[in-house]
Amino acid sequence: MKGKTLNLKLKVWRQKSATAQGKFETYEVSNISTEGSFLEMMDILNEQIISNGGDPVAFDHDCREGICGMCSLYINGHAHGPDEDITTCQLHMRKFTDGDTITIEPWRSAGFPVVKDLIVDRSAFDKILQAGGFVSVNTGGIPDGNAIPIPKEDADEAMDSASCIGCGACVASCKNGSAMLFVSAKVSQLALLPQGRVEAARRAKSMVAKMDELGFGNCTNTGACEVECPKNISITNIARLNREFLSAKLKD
Amino acid sequence: MATLDSKIPAGDIAQKWENYKAHQKLVNPANKRKLDVIVVGSGLAGGAAAASLGELGFNVKCFCYQDSPRRAHSIAAQGGINAAKNYPNDGDSVHRLFYDTVKGGDYRAREANVHRLAEVSNSIIDQCVAQGVPFAREYGGLLDNRSFGGAQVSRTFYAKGQTGQQLLLGAYGALNRQIAKGTVKMFNRNEMMDVVVIDGKARGIITRNLVTGEIESHFGHAVIIATGGYGNVYFLSTNAMGSNVSAAWKTYKKGAFFGNPCYVQIHPTCIPVHGEFQSKLTLMSESLRNDGRVWAPKKKEDAEAIRAGKKRPEDLSDDDRDFYLERRYPAFGNLVPRDVASRAAKERCDAGYGVEAGEAVYLDFKYAIQRLGKDVVEARYGNLFQMYEKITDDNPYQTPMKIYPAIHYTMGGIWVDYDLQTTIPGLFAAGEANFSDHGANRLGASALMQGLADGYFVLPYTVQNYLADELHTPRIDPAKSADFKKAADEVKGNINKLLSIKGKQSVDSFHKRLGKIMWDKVGMGRTKEGLTEAISEIQKLRVEFWKDVRIPGDANEMNVELEKANRVADFIELGELMARDALHREESCGGHFREEFQTEEGEAKRQDDKFLYVGAWEFKGIDQEPVLHKEALEFVYCELKQRNYK
Amino acid sequence: MANLFSSSIGRKLLMSITGLFLIVFLLVHLTLNSFLLLDGVLGFEEGQMFNAGAHFMATNPFIKIMEPMLAIGFLVHIMYSIGLTIQNIKARGAARYASGSKTDDVEWSSKNMFVLGIFVVSFLVVHLANFWVKMKITGDPLLHQEASFPFMGAEAHGENAYALVNTAFQNIAIVIIYVIGCIALSFHLSHGFWSAFQTIGWNNTVWLNRLQTISKVVAWFIGLGFCVIAIAQYLFF
Ligand SMILES: Cc1cc2nc3c(=O)[nH]c(=O)nc-3n(C[C@H](O)[C@H](O)[C@H](O)COP(=O)(O)OP(=O)(O)OC[C@H]3O[C@@H](n4cnc5c(N)ncnc54)[C@H](O)[C@@H]3O)c2cc1C
Ligand code: HEM
Ligand code: SF4
Ligand code: FES
Repeated sequence: MKGKTLNLKLKVWRQKSATAQGKFETYEVSNISTEGSFLEMMDILNEQIISNGGDPVAFDHDCREGICGMCSLYINGHAHGPDEDITTCQLHMRKFTDGDTITIEPWRSAGFPVVKDLIVDRSAFDKILQAGGFVSVNTGGIPDGNAIPIPKEDADEAMDSASCIGCGACVASCKNGSAMLFVSAKVSQLALLPQGRVEAARRAKSMVAKMDELGFGNCTNTGACEVECPKNISITNIARLNREFLSAKLKD
Repeated sequence: MATLDSKIPAGDIAQKWENYKAHQKLVNPANKRKLDVIVVGSGLAGGAAAASLGELGFNVKCFCYQDSPRRAHSIAAQGGINAAKNYPNDGDSVHRLFYDTVKGGDYRAREANVHRLAEVSNSIIDQCVAQGVPFAREYGGLLDNRSFGGAQVSRTFYAKGQTGQQLLLGAYGALNRQIAKGTVKMFNRNEMMDVVVIDGKARGIITRNLVTGEIESHFGHAVIIATGGYGNVYFLSTNAMGSNVSAAWKTYKKGAFFGNPCYVQIHPTCIPVHGEFQSKLTLMSESLRNDGRVWAPKKKEDAEAIRAGKKRPEDLSDDDRDFYLERRYPAFGNLVPRDVASRAAKERCDAGYGVEAGEAVYLDFKYAIQRLGKDVVEARYGNLFQMYEKITDDNPYQTPMKIYPAIHYTMGGIWVDYDLQTTIPGLFAAGEANFSDHGANRLGASALMQGLADGYFVLPYTVQNYLADELHTPRIDPAKSADFKKAADEVKGNINKLLSIKGKQSVDSFHKRLGKIMWDKVGMGRTKEGLTEAISEIQKLRVEFWKDVRIPGDANEMNVELEKANRVADFIELGELMARDALHREESCGGHFREEFQTEEGEAKRQDDKFLYVGAWEFKGIDQEPVLHKEALEFVYCELKQRNYK
Repeated sequence: MANLFSSSIGRKLLMSITGLFLIVFLLVHLTLNSFLLLDGVLGFEEGQMFNAGAHFMATNPFIKIMEPMLAIGFLVHIMYSIGLTIQNIKARGAARYASGSKTDDVEWSSKNMFVLGIFVVSFLVVHLANFWVKMKITGDPLLHQEASFPFMGAEAHGENAYALVNTAFQNIAIVIIYVIGCIALSFHLSHGFWSAFQTIGWNNTVWLNRLQTISKVVAWFIGLGFCVIAIAQYLFF
């Protein structure tokens, strides 16, 4: 078996509820295998807290393979921690060294209020997509899947945009609390495909309006979102969103 | 309630579903608004059903335990979805998909259901394309296909290595559209705690709001359970951490029968376990077997040297590698069905040829890279390779992947008839949560197909058929109903009981112990002796759990440990039922392998004369033995054969 | 067009268009300033070219129209930058990360556009007070020094703007403020230029890197251009 073990100090944000005052709590964990994942380290911490009679740290997670977008955590200055193109659940302890102090915080943004400890409320993302992040077709009565050929390049590009997992790291790492990367990923995916093209103008307008209404900030093209995005969503999607939105508005 | 009525429509198999639709009862548009439907689960099955029923005009309430419907575990499916389109012109047809699925399921599925699944498979692809699912395409602009295990045609549609994600986002889009229209009301971070049965019919559910801890009651003229599979009974599986059996289990305890609980699928290509603290297992898509070759060292010395770190797999020449799937199954080679591939890997490891800690074999891309070039391999599997490297720190372009079987899917589930209705009228089950279409083994890329078939194309018809007779049932106000109050009080009582134990052992520690019993004794190879032991061990574990579990915190707040405890309590009970089912089924079929019943070559040996039926269990009380009901299976259109992939 | 400018992207569009417009103005201004150095090279007497240019600017009707436009451009740019910045601070929320932001590969200037803008404004104020106010409003003895220069093929007489500028640039304090302001401007533009195209939607995977590079070149060309002129005036004229 390869791998070493680490002793670490953890500074973790604890907050009992949305309205409670929060603060950092310091914990120590030892003999953490570098082969384990970050969330497994959190599991070990929680087992330790429970056996000492404490209240375990609440954090969001589900699939633990980087696809559901449920896990969050702002670790040592990075959304999803100090490794590239991955989610927190895919972060492994080999990225840390013995004796490190690790600071673990919830996403911080007005759009994502803290629910408990490290868990935040990201329902604003659902609301934005409800405003138009879909193709308006009912079930059934649909032409054959091959009825409209789609150039492979477009399909591939749409796929890249579609791989957003809705984790919110973009908002969490944006100094403006802007949701443009997230919104642009969905708008781009659907604008690139003939099926979504039909209502592209309406979609761009209503999604942006909802995003503004929910209080997300204005994009200044800083690009931190793109760097911290676990799925490599490019800010050229934002340019496409701007294009779609402006041309839609100019036609009004 | 003695015999099970599967309500299969009359007529030739290819006409049954058409006939059903032609003669079913309908509800007129104005009346649909007066009918409430509860959908528990927002995965492919639940999400698609909620959206489609909302489009029809019913009043839908949809529930999920995650913070957004988009996070249902369907999102994790990588490989693809089957359909009988026959775009590659390689001889596929509805009948062949039907046949492959029945055969792949080792002749333990209901023919009529499987045929319907194959029939609607093509509409699913059309539907998803229309929703903007970016399926992979050829340069000519048409849809691309790949091949999957258990089939000799290429019928699998895919979106990179993220097919489940894209299909789910499609369904989620449809759901969002209905939420915006107000036909669907979504309840995130809400866990179903019980089903409410009034006068023999399902009338609603009790939920716990996971943020506030509040116990809430919801009325519905019909209730659909689409809560996914129960693989987490093994603790380690490819399921999400929150995947659970609780919703299904509560319906079982309220009278719905549980079908074939012992049928679980062990997926051959997962990343091997690496340590005590491991929390879940990661699947490496079956699609990898399209181009990867599976092998173990031919000589024991080599396996030992590799385990000791003295040799590397790259050091072994082709002659020293045993491509055991190609050796044993020349016709299907690396693409044999999952149960077969998993057992073959276990056989090699048990015989001492395993690597890593003795429980791993290789999946090698060296040959594919030589044949196709690294770029092509990267385009096909890049994201899977990245995922593998992040977890193991090994680069699969340079060194073969290490893989081992892991629990992945549960074919068993709530028993349903042709309408997907359970033995409780008004209670339906869909997706992985029901037992219906896969028999004793599921073929790759068929679960996504089944989930969406149930949600988009079956339930909207069959639920409507049921609701047509419910028009005159007035809505029940849960606040004024004694039945709702009783159910809610039971749930609260149960929670208080758990919290008052204040024992010493954590929920996870019980879950891990349960998992170990299940994996060792109700796992890949099962024996009468092992299963008998498992039953008594699980019973003891249950008693200990209820005496010594420690759950910090309160009921009236977000309490993750409490959530887990509720789920683990149900898993423990389920584990016992699975062991019972496995013990009673004295044959090997599909994923259920009883070591006493195998051919000379180690293949599963069915006992069709005794076990050609679905085992559906009826709950009789917690310390009572459940009662077994049998739904006889008839094979008219597929000839019963020993499965042969040689 | 309905309520375009009440949307976030609409407001950004205004920032972008006014920003690009200001860049055009800067380029014109830079061209004029370059005359400060070019007399010798092109065989004119010191100050002749600049005075001719200044005269052109003061008398040309097109430039006359553009002047208030320019003022409006500045005002809109500044007003909206204040509005957007306040909104962004709000959207960010009250809590800050204890572990800070360690995101690599993010342009420093892109995170400090407002601060850089303030530097540019303060420099602008100094600039206006020194030159524009004197030329247009209060007048200055230096301006009345005899100045003759070639203009539209003939010999013309006019204000001696060159004397005013040349004298100002002998003051080391003014030169330093000028240089600081120009460097801030360069940083502002090294992000602002490509960002403006991104905002308009004129960007894609191919052009992203190209525009970012062009942006740096344009920004430092403008900023350093102004600096070099001021320093050269101080040292050599
Ligand atoms: C890693 C992996 C890869 C796979 N790859 C493939 C593949 O390539 N092809 C293929 O065909 N199949 C694949 N499968 C199988 C397939 O993904 C699943 O069987 C299928 O998606 C299940 O869908 P579902 O809608 O039934 O359940 P899920 O998607 O699991 O949804 C369950 C829903 O129920 C909700 N829920 C659960 N419990 C409760 C409760 N108590 N109260 C309230 N809500 C609850 C959840 O919130 C969720 O919304 C894969 C599975 C896994 C794990
Ligand atoms: C000659 C002077 C100036 C020029 C040429 C200029 C140019 C630009 C350009 C091109 C942009 C990019 C617009 C975009 O991202 O779409 C920009 C952004 C910005 N400017 Fe200026 N600017 C000048 C002066 C100022 C001043 C005086 C201020 C304020 C005090 C200011 C504040 C800002 C801010 C805050 C932004 C970022 C706004 C955003 O991206 O939302 N600028 N500027
Ligand atoms: S754009 Fe990237 S960072 Fe933002 S939600 Fe999507 S995946 Fe997460
Ligand atoms: S837990 Fe699903 S992405 Fe991390």
